[in-house]
Amino acid sequence: MEASHAHAHDDHHHAPTGLARYFTTTNHKDIGSMYMWFSLIMFFVGGFMALVIRAELFQPGIQIVNPDVFNQLTTIHALVMIFGAVMPAFVGFANWQIPLMVGASDMAFARMNNWSFWLMPPAATLLVGSFLVPGGAAGSGWTLYPPLSIQGGISVDMTILAVHIMGASSIMGSINIITTILNMRAPGMTLMRMPMFVWTWLITAYLLIAVMPVLAGAVTMLLTDRHFGTHFFNAAGGGDPTMFMHIFWFFGHPEVYIMILPAFGIISHIIPTFARKQLFGYSSMVYATASIALLSFIVWGHHMFTVGMPAAGNLFFMYATMLIAVPTGVKVFNWIATMWRGSITFETPMLFAVGFVSLFTIGGFSGLVLAVTPVDITLHNTYYVVAHFHYVLFSGAIFSIMGGAYYWLPKWTGHMYDETLGKLHFWLTAISFNITFFPQHFLGLAGMPRRIPDYAPQFTEFNQISSIGAFLLGFSQLLFLYVVIKCIRGGAKAEAKAWEGAEGLEWTVPSPAPYHTFETPPQFH
Amino acid sequence: MKKLRVLAGALASAVPALALAGYDVNIPAPKTPISLQIYGLHMEIMYVCLAIFVVVFGVMFYSLFAHRKSRGAVAAHFHENTTVEVIWTLIPFLILAVIAFPATKTVLAMKDASNPDMTIKVTAYQWKWQYDYLNDGLKLYATLSTPREQIGAPDAHGKVTNEHYLLETDNNVVVPVGKKIRLLITANDVIHGWYVPQLGVNQYGIPGFIKDAWFQANEPGVYRGQCSQICGKEHGYMPIVVEAKSAEDYAAWVKEQKAKQAADAAPAEKVSLADPVVR
Repeated sequence: MEASHAHAHDDHHHAPTGLARYFTTTNHKDIGSMYMWFSLIMFFVGGFMALVIRAELFQPGIQIVNPDVFNQLTTIHALVMIFGAVMPAFVGFANWQIPLMVGASDMAFARMNNWSFWLMPPAATLLVGSFLVPGGAAGSGWTLYPPLSIQGGISVDMTILAVHIMGASSIMGSINIITTILNMRAPGMTLMRMPMFVWTWLITAYLLIAVMPVLAGAVTMLLTDRHFGTHFFNAAGGGDPTMFMHIFWFFGHPEVYIMILPAFGIISHIIPTFARKQLFGYSSMVYATASIALLSFIVWGHHMFTVGMPAAGNLFFMYATMLIAVPTGVKVFNWIATMWRGSITFETPMLFAVGFVSLFTIGGFSGLVLAVTPVDITLHNTYYVVAHFHYVLFSGAIFSIMGGAYYWLPKWTGHMYDETLGKLHFWLTAISFNITFFPQHFLGLAGMPRRIPDYAPQFTEFNQISSIGAFLLGFSQLLFLYVVIKCIRGGAKAEAKAWEGAEGLEWTVPSPAPYHTFETPPQFH
Repeated sequence: MKKLRVLAGALASAVPALALAGYDVNIPAPKTPISLQIYGLHMEIMYVCLAIFVVVFGVMFYSLFAHRKSRGAVAAHFHENTTVEVIWTLIPFLILAVIAFPATKTVLAMKDASNPDMTIKVTAYQWKWQYDYLNDGLKLYATLSTPREQIGAPDAHGKVTNEHYLLETDNNVVVPVGKKIRLLITANDVIHGWYVPQLGVNQYGIPGFIKDAWFQANEPGVYRGQCSQICGKEHGYMPIVVEAKSAEDYAAWVKEQKAKQAADAAPAEKVSLADPVVR
């Protein structure tokens, strides 16, 4: 440990400083931090769009934005949150944590790592900048279903290009993560002794490599249909719009797990730390993660129950989808068994973890409701679906990202964050989240379609509650930004092992983690 | 009354059980054999979820309360138990099988559009619906009838006054009650969705393809729905209104529509003959 600390200083002589440091850096910690900041910026950009949407939906009638702009906002909100906020945040965690957790000196392909990050800002610029071109941004929904997406203007091409670039970035990141995990673990760290976050990311990276090229293929066909006279998705030319849906969701459903498996990993570190007890059922956790990943390839049809597939297709996808509840249930039971007879304290990361387990499970319940084909048919494309995926993505993925950030901030910055403000942030977020999204279940059950700028008067009250919640939720996140900046600038000195119950190699290096760590591999026991 | 129901809804967010009590917080009253089954399935799953919720979160919150460090709890050391893990893998599996059985029956019933009493071809456009009554030789278009002034715009706010704001059309789809109505659904430009919750139908219309669905309204009434699949800027403004009428009233309506269409078609006979869709 002392050795790595002493080395930390002599590298800076050669490395560029200032802005050039960040353009040229190959250091996993710098790149991890850039990913996290990028993610946070995109979170606020996407959040701003969400607030415009919720403001428009505060009452029936059109008040703030025209219907076409409304469609553009829902489309870009989704793409920004998925590809700009959630995925880069997890890649940021991977960059910071995987080398520290497996005892590696850096990521396997350090230069490619730099490139994977620096592809993201141009992609995001294309995506968000498409609002400025004639006709405005893509307004076909993030799923880009043809023929509607064929009708759009140049912004659709910008969106397709952005998706291509982000996909390339994800694939490079995944190759890097897989190579690092498989080749650079400390002596003694067998696969079945790896930290759970490392396991979940290993599986996620394989999912990314499997499905990102599929998405790239789908949007490339869209591009050639738009400009080069092909008819992949045009019935008049022998094509089929339904084929796009099949290809898109073959990517789209594993994508859902790409956004939740690393979250499972983070939660599997936070709960044992604050229950001061080893994670229950390590091997069943690994097997459950792998089962979820495998099942994710055979459930895409549950996004298409209203397409009119044959009964056999509907039944197959219903059964396969319901099966996912089994490994997911195993995970929830394992977390609760980890808490059971522990010695629990409720620092901010633990609050987010408990919030995650509770609210993600509600998202799981609504997922079970939607898995059942006949019920799905009556709820498809209603606000029930919007409520469902925000329960799994916001109180799932984003709660884990925030919990993880509070958990590792002491390691990253060397300071403890402000615990009172952190707890305040949690409670504001958890309460306003539920005010925003719980009423949307009722709207969906009552039959309010999603992606509409205006609605019948009987939906007014729940929409108003939801909009009020959304503004509380949005502005509460500024508190998170404040707590993070405050923690970077100062605060109580964090020890190497910042939490009493923390386990793992990352807690054996000083806080903040020196610029270079584990130049000689540690021995893992 | 409305306020009261909303209050019930707000309470229901705290206590899921209450969600089953009110009308506004559940699937609207089912009016066909299929939507009745859907309603029943949804209730069954909700009860299952509620039971799991109470048991699982009961255990978790007990643990969060009782096993706190501030109460002097000392962490135990166990970290696996194969028996328990096998049991909590198998039990969910069995619960799922119990749900899957009735769901399968409903899926099969929904897909069986054979032997209908009558067939209506539904063609979706940006942004209206065309209905061709294949048995009665009728054709009508349905568009939103809510005045644009009520909808408004960012620079000229409207005032919503119509009771069925956004859920009203100039020509309603009239069907006889108690008859099996088969819908042949397609679209002419982009994908749309023909969605009427109380009839248990939500089916995409896909350009170039015809998909079928069916319903049988049990009682006379007006059933309202909307396009369910984003289809461009007026996606929120293409409602569906189905009127189920008794056999006599339906026959009278058909007669009236035919007279109207004959009157409309008279000056432009050639155009009507050239129309390839119906007959």
